[in-house]
Amino acid sequence: MINFLKYKWLYLLISFLVIIPGLISLIFFGLKPSVDFTGGTVWEIKFEKSIVPDKTSKDKPEQILQKFLAAEKINPSTSLRVDGEQSRTIKDPVVSASGDSFIIKSQEFDQKTKEDLSAKLKDHFGAFSESLFESIGPSLGQELLVKTMIGVVLASVLILLYITFRFGEKSFGVCATVATIHDSLVILGAFSLLGKFLGVEVDTLFVTAVLTVLSFSVHDTVVTYDRIRELTKLNPKNDIAANTNLAINQTLVRSLNNSLTVILVLLALILLGGETIKWFSVALLMGMITGTYSSICVAAPLLTVWQKRFVKKV
Amino acid sequence: MNREIRLLWLIILISLAAFFVALPKVQLKFEKGSVKIDQEIGGYNLDFDFLGMKFKRVLEFKQGLDLQGGLQVTLQADMAKIKEADRTQALESVKNVMERRVNLFGVAEPNIYTSKTSNDYRIIVELPGLKETKDALALIGQTAQLEFREPDESANASAPFKSTDLTGKDLTKALVSFNSTSGEPQVEISFNSSGANKFEEITKRNIGKPLAIYLDNILVSAPTVQTAISGGQAIISGQFTVEEANKLAIQLNAGALPVPVKVIRQSEVGPTLGAESVNKSVRAGLFGLLVLAFFMIVYYGRLGILATLALIIYSLITLAIYKFVPITLTLPGIAGFILSIGMALDSNILIFERLKEELRLGRPLKAAMELGFGRAWSSIRDANLATLITVFILFNPLNWSFLNVSGMVRGFALTLGLGIFVGLFTQIVVVRTLVRVFYK
Repeated sequence: MINFLKYKWLYLLISFLVIIPGLISLIFFGLKPSVDFTGGTVWEIKFEKSIVPDKTSKDKPEQILQKFLAAEKINPSTSLRVDGEQSRTIKDPVVSASGDSFIIKSQEFDQKTKEDLSAKLKDHFGAFSESLFESIGPSLGQELLVKTMIGVVLASVLILLYITFRFGEKSFGVCATVATIHDSLVILGAFSLLGKFLGVEVDTLFVTAVLTVLSFSVHDTVVTYDRIRELTKLNPKNDIAANTNLAINQTLVRSLNNSLTVILVLLALILLGGETIKWFSVALLMGMITGTYSSICVAAPLLTVWQKRFVKKV
Repeated sequence: MNREIRLLWLIILISLAAFFVALPKVQLKFEKGSVKIDQEIGGYNLDFDFLGMKFKRVLEFKQGLDLQGGLQVTLQADMAKIKEADRTQALESVKNVMERRVNLFGVAEPNIYTSKTSNDYRIIVELPGLKETKDALALIGQTAQLEFREPDESANASAPFKSTDLTGKDLTKALVSFNSTSGEPQVEISFNSSGANKFEEITKRNIGKPLAIYLDNILVSAPTVQTAISGGQAIISGQFTVEEANKLAIQLNAGALPVPVKVIRQSEVGPTLGAESVNKSVRAGLFGLLVLAFFMIVYYGRLGILATLALIIYSLITLAIYKFVPITLTLPGIAGFILSIGMALDSNILIFERLKEELRLGRPLKAAMELGFGRAWSSIRDANLATLITVFILFNPLNWSFLNVSGMVRGFALTLGLGIFVGLFTQIVVVRTLVRVFYK
């Protein structure tokens, strides 16, 4: 039998090493919100003929496209103006390449602008097909952000209440919640770093992933706690640490195997599942790993510490 | 026949039924020597008579907008000029107008719904499968136009009715009431003062003739004028059913309470992106299933084979439910399903580990088996309940306005939640029965 609790401080160190860089990034850079939250337009197009870079300049095709779109902003032609309206050219265009397609992101623009712009693009670069056009007003984005936060808080509170009710002791609920907060921090930090260095954006699906991870994390913790309680009833003379350690040992294989099955499925989704749900799957995968880790190395040791301190007899 | 065997037959029956429902259309071609098979199987639909009742249903996977492509528009209704009390009614009218408009585009399953949060009145229009979005957007964004037209009796009339100067602007409200003597439903309309004058003029010169009401240039109703009406109060009566009267009132209100709408969100998905994603996800799902089967069989041996069998049954039942209900599949929804396959194994592992543990303690197989199933149950229940809490919040079934409602997220929550229930059934009934019968 492995004495898991002996390495309490090591776990603490590992958790800190993982969380601190992400936390720093979170504080300084924050998360990179997608148009879902900020409002704006995303437009994915694919030209029939590829854009051939100029010999004189070193611009990549996406840079050529971006410069073209940005130039439209500086010098809006009359066809892009409608009386009584402000210039309807697009603001802050950013173009990135994705396979054969280009993804254009900018501040929100409307259907009329899109039509005018389509004509211009067609004139200049030839015919193209659209695979995606998404335009969201800024107020809607703000609203979604608020509602999302409420969802996350509500889910956490309900889970906390459920565990407390289920185990009839608030130490279980609080420790399980600390473990889920740990997991949320890991994912949020990781995505802050991913956003900073790889430009990965946080969208509604990411939030969905975080909420799902909350339930994963609790899932594993519940199994371990269930066993701790069972053993405490069985061997009331043992102290809480001994029972906890026994519980971890007994549930370890199941925790690892169970996580492994979900991890395998998620890996398949990440590698084969296509671009749209890739980062969604990555977030779920991270959550699964940290969720398993935290139920063994955060939730269980924390419970023993808490119970030794505050609860005389369980 | 004992209980286990009976359950086993039931499971086989359910699995077969699920298999036939879930099976997509495939062409079987096989030729070797004298054996020749060339037949189309699968893609079955429900079509049969039972005790004089007809059952007819096309069974197919219903694809969401992100999979089959199409247009989704969120419109914000500007209610500034509408009285507080009339707003809900006005929103209903806008919805009705949108329904009429989108019917012009020949989309198979347009979906229009309203959403109200604090002071925001919105209408969401979904047109799956729509390819040319330009005209649709232009039409959707318009404010409804209501017009009264009178018969055109001039010799060179091109249409039966010609426009009058009476429009929706002159109308204040329409409502359904019931005739005090006959009790039949009727529609009461009231005009403002200038409208009342115009209406009096028009009715005076058209006694005995029809007066046509057009909404967005489409004829809504053409009641016959009985007498000249002054005072701005009129009643449209006829052989209405209550629904017909309601519909007419809603359409009249669309003109009386004109609500300008503004596009605040617009999503267009091309048809190729979705098809590509579906193929990729299906591949990922099948691959995941294979790896899981391999893992379970290597790790748990004969128990693993039974678990894999249960997993296949699980997938078939879930897919059959998707087709049967039907559940609209979105890309995150498919991800939710694939995820639930992985999670469905969890209860298996819990039970198997418990079983092994009891065996190690020296209990006989039969006792260990029953203890394994019994003791694992509380963990299984708690773990799944925690996930259900999350699913509940993601799906937001009560449409709480302080929570988000998004088709993508709902799709995920729905398949994940369904996966939990079907998973519990396969783990508790299917696996237990299979183990009891075959693991000796």
